[in-house]
Amino acid sequence: MTDLATQAGDAAPLPFQAQLDAVAPTLPGAGQPWAATLRREARDRFRTLGLPHRKIEAWKYTDVRSLAKRDYRPAPQAADGLSDGLRAVLASDRQEAGRIVFVNGHLRRDLSQLEGLPDGVSAMALADTLEAGDRLVADRLGQLVSVDDRPFHALNTGMMADGLVLHLAPRVVLDVPLNVVFLTEAAGDAASMVCPRVLVVAEPGSQAVIVERHAGVDGAHYFSAPVFEVDVADGARIAHYKLQQEGDQATHLATILARIGRDATYDNFVLSVGAELARNEIVTRFTGRGGDCRLSGGYMARAKQHLDTTTRIEHAVPDCRSREVYKGVLDDRARGVFQGKIVVSRDAQRTDGYQMNRALLLSRNAEIDSKPELEIYADDVKCSHGATAGEIDSDALFYMRARGIDEQAARNLLIEAFVLEVLDEIADPAVREDFAEVVMHWLDGHRND
Amino acid sequence: MLSIKGLHATVDGKEILKGVDLTVRTGEVHAIMGPNGSGKSTLSYVISGRDGYEVTAGEILFDGEDVTEMEPEERARAGLFLAFQYPLEIPGVSMTNFLRTAVNSHRRHRGEDELDPMQFVKLVRSKAKALGVKDDLLKRSVNVGFSGGEKKRNEVLQMALLEPRLAVLDETDSGLDIDALKIVADGVNALRGPENATLVITHYQRLLDYIVPDHVHVLAGGRIVRSGGAELAHELEAKGYAGILPEAA
Repeated sequence: MTDLATQAGDAAPLPFQAQLDAVAPTLPGAGQPWAATLRREARDRFRTLGLPHRKIEAWKYTDVRSLAKRDYRPAPQAADGLSDGLRAVLASDRQEAGRIVFVNGHLRRDLSQLEGLPDGVSAMALADTLEAGDRLVADRLGQLVSVDDRPFHALNTGMMADGLVLHLAPRVVLDVPLNVVFLTEAAGDAASMVCPRVLVVAEPGSQAVIVERHAGVDGAHYFSAPVFEVDVADGARIAHYKLQQEGDQATHLATILARIGRDATYDNFVLSVGAELARNEIVTRFTGRGGDCRLSGGYMARAKQHLDTTTRIEHAVPDCRSREVYKGVLDDRARGVFQGKIVVSRDAQRTDGYQMNRALLLSRNAEIDSKPELEIYADDVKCSHGATAGEIDSDALFYMRARGIDEQAARNLLIEAFVLEVLDEIADPAVREDFAEVVMHWLDGHRND
Repeated sequence: MLSIKGLHATVDGKEILKGVDLTVRTGEVHAIMGPNGSGKSTLSYVISGRDGYEVTAGEILFDGEDVTEMEPEERARAGLFLAFQYPLEIPGVSMTNFLRTAVNSHRRHRGEDELDPMQFVKLVRSKAKALGVKDDLLKRSVNVGFSGGEKKRNEVLQMALLEPRLAVLDETDSGLDIDALKIVADGVNALRGPENATLVITHYQRLLDYIVPDHVHVLAGGRIVRSGGAELAHELEAKGYAGILPEAA
């Protein structure tokens, strides 16, 4: 805590502080006492925590000081129309059906399909629910998993203006994936920031597949700090697939929080290929026996990209299973970070946990930092973890070249094989195919280098 | 077709080949025999252009052109084929994808249209059937979970698909029982023709009962120390390397 205190006491003004204070009275639901309190507490928390620096253990490998170098302003709300850049990005999205689109953090009804969902499924704009003082939102927003030490979660809560609230009534099954797209761009030459927020409440026995996509235009300086919260009640199943495809100058610092009830399943896969600096921080907490949590993903980076995956799985109750499988490909001067923490409480007997991170380094200047951490207080548990970092297998490469395959094509086949394997963690075949497209597209970019 | 002159090569700075001379003409089968550590595998890797095998003197002419500066894939497309002693396992790359990529890179090089997946499956099935390679192997990852015999048969299948002008078989008999050996040898023999040639590298005479050479060379200490006809292999079998190479033993 001394680090935090020192930081707060620094003379330099804390980035985003002025923006936080300025927007507070203008935000939707500012008149609702509970929303005002939630935001005020978040602002205070952000002020105390400050911008993290590398002396803080959780941020040792990821340096976010670049955020202080630009004057990020809340992105303007565009009522209609779409810039050519974003129009092209949206056109590349293959999932048009059941799509809900946000531009610069604000819901765009003209581009979204909020109607026509099955009975018992409701999708609402967060702004509306805040204004209306929606009970569901008041009870759950920011309450599912407590994360007091995460500054960008606090920043989001303090600044959130809009987002999605998805409610699944008990035993309702949404059998087609719900596609939520966040498009962000800079306002002219100015740097912009967005804090989109998603709250998913899956009542007992309900099921849904949610695909979350973040994308933007290359060359634009913007900062996105999204928060995705999901309450997976007893017996519910939520598959949450995320595609991080931000523009190449973007910073994307996301927090994903899941509360997993008795015999419930939360399945998360993140494919991270965009942004200059990105972090996906995932915190899940089991609150009932028999829960299942699978966190997996792929990260592919080149140039000077920095992609961080930080997970924390809290086995707070007995008889739950968790599985984590990540694979990354790093080229040029790119850097990958994987920090995976599994906490098994004293009561959480018969916990079954598995964690693996594998990185393929394509360049001598690429780097991976893997930090698995097991914190186990129960005595009857099965937990294992592993991490590997390696280069392309030169023997396999020669074998392929000896058959007449060009070196680059052979390398791509090997990289493809390495990454595509992790996509098997995606249960939904259509989503798996879409994500495979993104991987192939990344490799095409490689071919053209 | 292949003319190796005064070839010296090093691996990790250590000289393994110390002046190899060898000429293989179209339509011929040559065998290179030699004790362990004589440089047999090094010769096959130097011919195919593997990284780390450095030619320090001499030349390798293939159809009159020096290939020593060519990349492995360029040599392969020019018609050189190395059947590996230990074929590599490549998890996640399907046999079909691997074979099609290889065949199409050869076709592109020759200015021919690439085969689409349907055309290719037809081609590979017919070749595989002739070699007794089961269809389900084609659906698996390259060599993953293959038996020793299946791996070697897969090498011959690749040879059948790529139709090389010169095939170098590196210890193709190792790890094979007699039945598998026959199948592999039959496959190789079926591909022999007046326009191509074969270089069989082996420690044992056994394989040469099935792939009968026109010329046999004994490699020892990085040089070819004796050459003769098929009978030389039998002499070696009878006397052993020590028997005919007292100075190299």
